[in-house]
Amino acid sequence: MKQFFIFVKKEWLHIWRDRRTLFILVCMPVVQIVLYGFALTNEVKNSKIAIFDQSKDESTTAISNEIASSRYFNLIKNVYSYKDIEATFRQGKIRMAVVFPRGFRDDLLQGNHAQIQLIADASDPNTANMLTNYATSIINDYQKTLYQNERLPYTIKTQVRMLYNPELKGAYNFVPGVMALVLMLVCAMMTSIAIVKEKEMGTMEVILVSPLKPFRIIIAKTIPYLFVSMLNIASILLLSVYALDVPITGSLLLLIAESILFTITSLSIGILISNGAKTQQIAMFTSMMSLFLPTLLFSGFLFPVENMPFALQLISNIVPAKWYYIIVKAVMIKGLGIMAVWKETLILVAMTLSLLGISIYKFKIRLA
Amino acid sequence: MQKEKVIIAKELTKRFGAFTAVDKITFDVQKGEIFGFLGANGAGKTTAMRMLCGLSLPTSGSASVAGYDVYKQNELIKKNIGYMSQKFSLYEDLTIRENIRFYAGIYGLTDKQIKEKTYSLIKQLNLEGQEKTLVRALPLGWKQKLAFSIAVVHDPAIVFLDEPTSGVDPITRREFWSLIYEASAREITIFVTTHYMDEAEYCNRVSIMVDGRMEALDSPSNMMKDYSAKSMDGVFLQLARKAVRTGD
Repeated sequence: MKQFFIFVKKEWLHIWRDRRTLFILVCMPVVQIVLYGFALTNEVKNSKIAIFDQSKDESTTAISNEIASSRYFNLIKNVYSYKDIEATFRQGKIRMAVVFPRGFRDDLLQGNHAQIQLIADASDPNTANMLTNYATSIINDYQKTLYQNERLPYTIKTQVRMLYNPELKGAYNFVPGVMALVLMLVCAMMTSIAIVKEKEMGTMEVILVSPLKPFRIIIAKTIPYLFVSMLNIASILLLSVYALDVPITGSLLLLIAESILFTITSLSIGILISNGAKTQQIAMFTSMMSLFLPTLLFSGFLFPVENMPFALQLISNIVPAKWYYIIVKAVMIKGLGIMAVWKETLILVAMTLSLLGISIYKFKIRLA
Repeated sequence: MQKEKVIIAKELTKRFGAFTAVDKITFDVQKGEIFGFLGANGAGKTTAMRMLCGLSLPTSGSASVAGYDVYKQNELIKKNIGYMSQKFSLYEDLTIRENIRFYAGIYGLTDKQIKEKTYSLIKQLNLEGQEKTLVRALPLGWKQKLAFSIAVVHDPAIVFLDEPTSGVDPITRREFWSLIYEASAREITIFVTTHYMDEAEYCNRVSIMVDGRMEALDSPSNMMKDYSAKSMDGVFLQLARKAVRTGD
């Protein structure tokens, strides 16, 4: 056992001496959270719009004011022709234009039927959708104020409640995603590189000739990265709670336990990769291609898995990050307990055990 | 008086599929002996050495190292041997002292022993004051000498050296060999592979492998007589030319 700790200590020294990598390891989650949290937000705020008001009456002014004063929109220009609208779109100055036809209020009050045209820049379809939805709901609100004093027969009101994330913050979605991504990267890539490095340097042979058991060598090599990962989990959680206001609704203990489980899954993948790779570059590229991309694509944090073709959905099942992402969302955001995620947990446990089994078996074969 | 035998190999064979890397080699090595293990690239030296170190199981034949069987007791073998590979085997990003501590530590030396060994080793290599230097900063010759000293830090019965002096200048090679003699005087058996024939002449006995078979085994002087060669170079060339296999 003492030999084991000597090995762990040596592994720490490697990490400690390589300050640049250590710096990247520690700062990566922070940078990712800040990046996703503040820069790459997909919420719509202060989108620039133009209004083409051909009616200029009480109603159109009221609606225009409502839209312009909402936090979603920022009225930057009043335009006076369709040509003008097109030109402004082309210059990329606005994301949406609102067009009131002539005689809007008369149509509305006398004809009971008035139209407003919303023109949105759909080169970014998600944003275009969101903008038109926001604008429509503002217009509907105005409509209701007109009927305030009258009771309409047959009205159906929809009451929408956004569960778990009432403010529809993007952070609720990506914090679990970033956790999966960072843990996968730190654990799998760094351990595979660390193990292959010893092979490349020739020190692995010397260690294998020593009385240390191969199994213990492998475990000892992964332990420092387990600690770095714990540090990363801590920094991500602290940032998300205090900087992004994403609360940890469920049990912190369960969240940490599940994270450790996922870390071990990633470590076993790293060991497996190191078995096959001959050089550090190969280890790095294998990790990148086989882990980073699938984690990004199939964990569900950028693209909803349910919308993918069936074949891709099947593939997503073998990506461990997908299950971890589901677990973190359930525990952290929805505040659910182990009863809600035992199936996903079991899948991760099974994946980890088989990965560890395969990599240790392969490690032994190499020795025979 | 017949000395104790620390390596006994009988018809030791290793096959990889249809390819016979090591073909029924039989030899023994005495305690404290410097045993040269020669052969061209691809002759099967490394495979034979890996079997003796417990890194690889023989296909057939038998062998014992330090009194332990290579099939069943390779964990015990590992405790009693040292190993230095042709690739440089220290950690470049660790200091001299950290390297010594690590290797002494994984062989199970106590803290007190590690301290004493560190002290005497650094003194022996004239590295006083440089304990905290990163190994990366040392010249290659020093690194090789340090690597050897670390390979015998736990006083093993046998130390296996796989081309320990490749790429080292002649002066450092000579210094390296004086370290080997010192270790041999401490009754540590030296099992060494090399491509330098002048080094072969430093050995007590030499074996030459050709295409997986052991073609010759004797003291360098007897061997030169038998093959009527002026140097080991001549002996080696006569034998190695018979080889059918080439390369690694």
